[in-house]
This record gives sequence, C-alpha cells and structure tokens, in this order.
Amino acid sequence: MLRIRRFEERCVELYSATKIRGFLHLYIGEEAVAAGVMAALEPADAVVSTYREHGHALARGVPMDAIMAEMYGKATGCSRGRGGSMHLFDRATNFHGGSAIVGGGLPLAVGLALADRMAGRSRVTACFFGDGAVAEGEFHECLNLAALWHLPVLFLCENNLYAMGTRIDRAQANTDLAARAATYGMTAHAVDGMDALEVEKAARRAAAAVRATGSPYFLELRTYRFRAHSMYDPDRYRDKAEIARWQQRDPIDTLARRMISDGELDEPGLAQLNADVEAEVAASVTAAEQAPVEPVDQLTRFVYADNEGLP
Amino acid sequence: MTPATATAQAELTYREAVREAIRDAMRRDERVFLMGEDVGQYGGAFGVSLGLLEEFGADRIRDTPLSESAFVGAGIGAAMGGMRPIVEIMTVNFSLLALDQILNNAATLLHMSGGQFGAPLVIRMTTGGGRQLAAQHSHSLEGWYAHIPGLRILSPATVADARGMLWPALRCPDPVLIFEHGSLYNATGSPAGHDSADITTAAIRRTGSDVTIVAYGGTLGTALTAADRLAEQSISADVIDLRVLRPLDDATIMESVRRTHRAVVVDEGWRSGSLSAEIAARITEQAFYDLDAPVGRVCSAEVPMPYAAHLEQAALPQPGAVVDAVRAVVA
Repeated sequence: MLRIRRFEERCVELYSATKIRGFLHLYIGEEAVAAGVMAALEPADAVVSTYREHGHALARGVPMDAIMAEMYGKATGCSRGRGGSMHLFDRATNFHGGSAIVGGGLPLAVGLALADRMAGRSRVTACFFGDGAVAEGEFHECLNLAALWHLPVLFLCENNLYAMGTRIDRAQANTDLAARAATYGMTAHAVDGMDALEVEKAARRAAAAVRATGSPYFLELRTYRFRAHSMYDPDRYRDKAEIARWQQRDPIDTLARRMISDGELDEPGLAQLNADVEAEVAASVTAAEQAPVEPVDQLTRFVYADNEGLP
Repeated sequence: MTPATATAQAELTYREAVREAIRDAMRRDERVFLMGEDVGQYGGAFGVSLGLLEEFGADRIRDTPLSESAFVGAGIGAAMGGMRPIVEIMTVNFSLLALDQILNNAATLLHMSGGQFGAPLVIRMTTGGGRQLAAQHSHSLEGWYAHIPGLRILSPATVADARGMLWPALRCPDPVLIFEHGSLYNATGSPAGHDSADITTAAIRRTGSDVTIVAYGGTLGTALTAADRLAEQSISADVIDLRVLRPLDDATIMESVRRTHRAVVVDEGWRSGSLSAEIAARITEQAFYDLDAPVGRVCSAEVPMPYAAHLEQAALPQPGAVVDAVRAVVA
C-alpha cells in the first residue's frame, strides 16, 4: 500500500514536470482494495483491470521499474510504451491489462474463465471495475453469462461513489450494488474497502468459493479516492468536508496503527518501510529516465502478430 | 476413392461448405468451439450449424444469450486464454452491439500490451441485402471493419472459399472477421478439395483485357453477370474477387489495371467513405498513369435498405449498372 501511495505521489510530481503525460488516474485512498485482493490470489490466477490500475499492477507484482518506464513511454515499459498509465499489461503475472472502456474488461474476464473451464484449469479470474461500470450494459450481460455458465470469475466492484464526476445516487436507481449483482444468482456482498485486512479476508473467502464451486462471486468494495478523477479534474463536484471525512479513514494509517498496536510493527519499523519504498520509487524514476525510447521504426509492430512469436 | 476425396468432389451449398469447415476445424483442434445466438439447438439462424450440436455437444456448440458484447468479448477473452473460438453474430447490423469489444479490445490488445497478449479468434457474420429484410438486417458494413488496423477481414464469395478460409483464419494469430453474404448460402459449387485456402490474396475470377471489375462477396456474382453481358458487346473484363478486405491485395488489383487501363469497383456498401473509395484511391495513387479513364464505382444507393422488393433491388448494385459503368469508362 505504501508502494502504491509513494509511487503515485511521485507520478503527480512527474506529471507536473511533464515527464508523464496523457491521462493519470490516481488510486490514492483505494490502496486497501488492491493490497487485500492480491494477497488472496494465487500466481496462476488471472487479473483483468481498469484504467485506475497502478495499484492493481503494483500489488499484483508487476515490477515498479516496468510500470514507471511505461508511464514515461519508454521501451522498457511493461507495455513497451504503447499503453501508458491506462494500459499496463504483464504476461508474467497474468495481468491482462488496464482497460479504459468502462465495463469493457468484464467480457474478457468471462472469456478467460470460459477458457479455463474448457481447458480444465482451476484458476480464478479476478475482474476489477468501478461503480460506474454497473450502469453499463456489458456489466449486466457479463454477470448473467458468468452465472448462467458457472464460470470462475471473481467480480470486484470498486465503489468509490463517483463515476468520474457523477455521484452514484445521481446515476444508479438502486445504489445497493451487491444486491443487484445477487439477482443474477451469485453470492454477492459489500466489504469495507478502506480496511485492508477486511478486504483480504473477504477476498480469500470469495476466491476459495470460486475455486471450490467454479462459479462467479461478487464483492462490492466500498472505498473512496482522495484525489480528483484525473489530473485534468478540478474536483468541483465533491464537498471538501466529504473528502476530509474519508481521509480520516486513510487505509494506510488504519493498517499501520493496527499493526503497531498488535506489536507487528513499531515506529522505527514504519520509518524503515517508508525509506525502503522511497528508495524503490527513486530507483524506478532513475531507471525510467535512463531507459531507451522505442525506435520510431518499430511504430507498426504489434498491430499484426506475424513474426512476433506469440504463443 | 477415399471418403475425403468423395466429399471434396461433391457439390455443396455455401451453407454446407461453412458447416463442413466448422466441423473439420473442430475435429482437428480441440481448442476450437462455436458460440453465438441460436447456433446450437436452433441450428443457426441461417442453418449453418445444423447438426453440429449433436456431433460436438453443448460445451463446444455453445448457445449464448442475446448479449453480443458479452459473448464476442468472451470469445476474445477465451482466445487470450488459449482457446480458438469461432463466434457467430447473426448479422452485421447486430455486430454493432459488439463493436466496442471488436475495436477496443480485439484489434488493440496486441498493440496496447506491447505484443504480450493477442486475440486469435474468428468472428463470422452475415452481411448484405437482397432478402427483403429491411434497414436493420441488410447493410454491408464490412468496409467499416476493414478500416481498423489489427483486424483481418475475409469475404468468401465462392463455395470453395467458404470451405477453405476458416481453417487458415483459425490458425492465424490475429483476430479474423469473416463476412458471409446472406444471399450466398444456397449457392452451390465445388469445394474442389479445398480445406485450406490462402487468406492474403485476391483472385482473378475471369480474365479480360478491356476493363478491370473489382468485386467481393455478394457483388462477385453481379460482376460476373455483367462481364457476360459485356462480352456480348465485345468488351472483355477482368473480374477480381478481393477475397480479403484487409489487408487489401494491392498487387493483384494494380497488375490487372496496368493491363486493362480501366477499372470499375462494385461495392454493396454505401459509396461515401466506402471500401470502393479506398480502392479507387489506391488505384489513383499507384496506377494513375496507366489509367485511360477515371475509376468508376457502382455502390448501394445512400438510403437505409427498404423492404419492398422493387425498392431494395433499386438500392443494390445490379449487373445493368455495372455494364453502364464499364461502358462509361471504355467509351
């Protein structure tokens, strides 16, 4: 969680310094979700993500250097500079990408799970999306299909209460998202997404159920983004007091306090963690600065697979 | 005579040829499966998959709910997961409900992921008019798909190509869309031993020296009929069947145009921004100084397809219009 927080804080600075361009959607405030869920997954499991996915990628184990290099658009980036912030991919960790079409990743997750079912593999496909996706047709088509065909998808709805600038009660006739998912015939419940341990516990239970039954499961993770939707967003639609209220529940502070009170961590230990993370982030920036750019003569690579040696 | 050669030499309908191609692919590769609306118990909206459910079972001949985006996207995901899906969409008009998945995922994943993930699936769909199905079942939108880098677009116009193009499409690591013109399903012909056709080149279906007529899919028959009539008027036409709409086989087109010095493109799509416009532009770019006349075009009238038979026929490219267009460029 600290790695996500410090990485993104640095990205904001780099954005202001015009080292990073394009859209930059920050996950700050939502780190407990990625950390808790990824702790519950196996290495062989598949992950399908969104455009707010730095946290998912880092927690999944995509190397920070490769993510930072991608932010820089460098050849050493995890998508070789073709994806940027919104499209992080990594085959080694079965990270099937950040998708920037809201709801567009759900059909892929259903398909990955279908392939697993047909090939006799017993793995879980973890599919992240936001509350905004629940308004999309693809959400409903996919929950229906996954339930109908009993496919092993773990649907993870990160409900941060806003679809860009539109608060959930201005967009959803029924804001109880877990209840709506349950109508498709799958176990569905809401979890405190600000508490990493609660998330991990719920995700472990959910992943175990998916593995045991081969059927889908839905978690609504109630969370909040502390920053604006993107670097372009002046955040005019949220009450400052609301943001401050949620910041009282900062997931990193919450976990650190609990670990200290449980004797699993002390103040020097926390300081050391912070220092280690700062060093890792700094090293990723240095590496990205020094990394080569993709030669322009490679522009049309990866449009068709000829000679790319794909499996 | 082995059973295989007996099958190869028998006349088939286009519908049977597609079915044989699917059956053959499913026997050859256990990763191949068919999914779409009513492909199983119903036998396919156009009867293509009739009998396959009984042979392969409901796991591999998979009826889907009416949810084009979900099942086309699931095909893409299954392809990423190592399967080789054949996804059937009833008509090209319905494919628009899955356009997000086709364009934003299938066509982009390989590139966005820096070469790490591809989507090797086949999406088959019916296209075209002529059956009085009116304005939501009759359009020819394959030219739109041919605009998109990352996709390969096939248009089998013959029974042999209907039989032969599927297997190489499934072997191809890229997403391949196959457009089957609805008026062709009852056409008969010989698959001529084809269980594998090339999916990169255009074919010259008739040779001539006075004009090049470029056609594909449902307009190939129109072009060949026009060529017969032109022959009676002592005008000899080369007829090119594009077969592959993306990437286009420029070489075959230009070789012909350099011999005939004249070209007419027949396209069932609407003229504005069409595949015919692309081909005319390429001829102008690559063979301008070989031309003796401007490139002619015969396209569908720019109206939503009407229901009434006489109106629909008036909207579609007809042999008479092709003859007129050829006469205009050879005059």
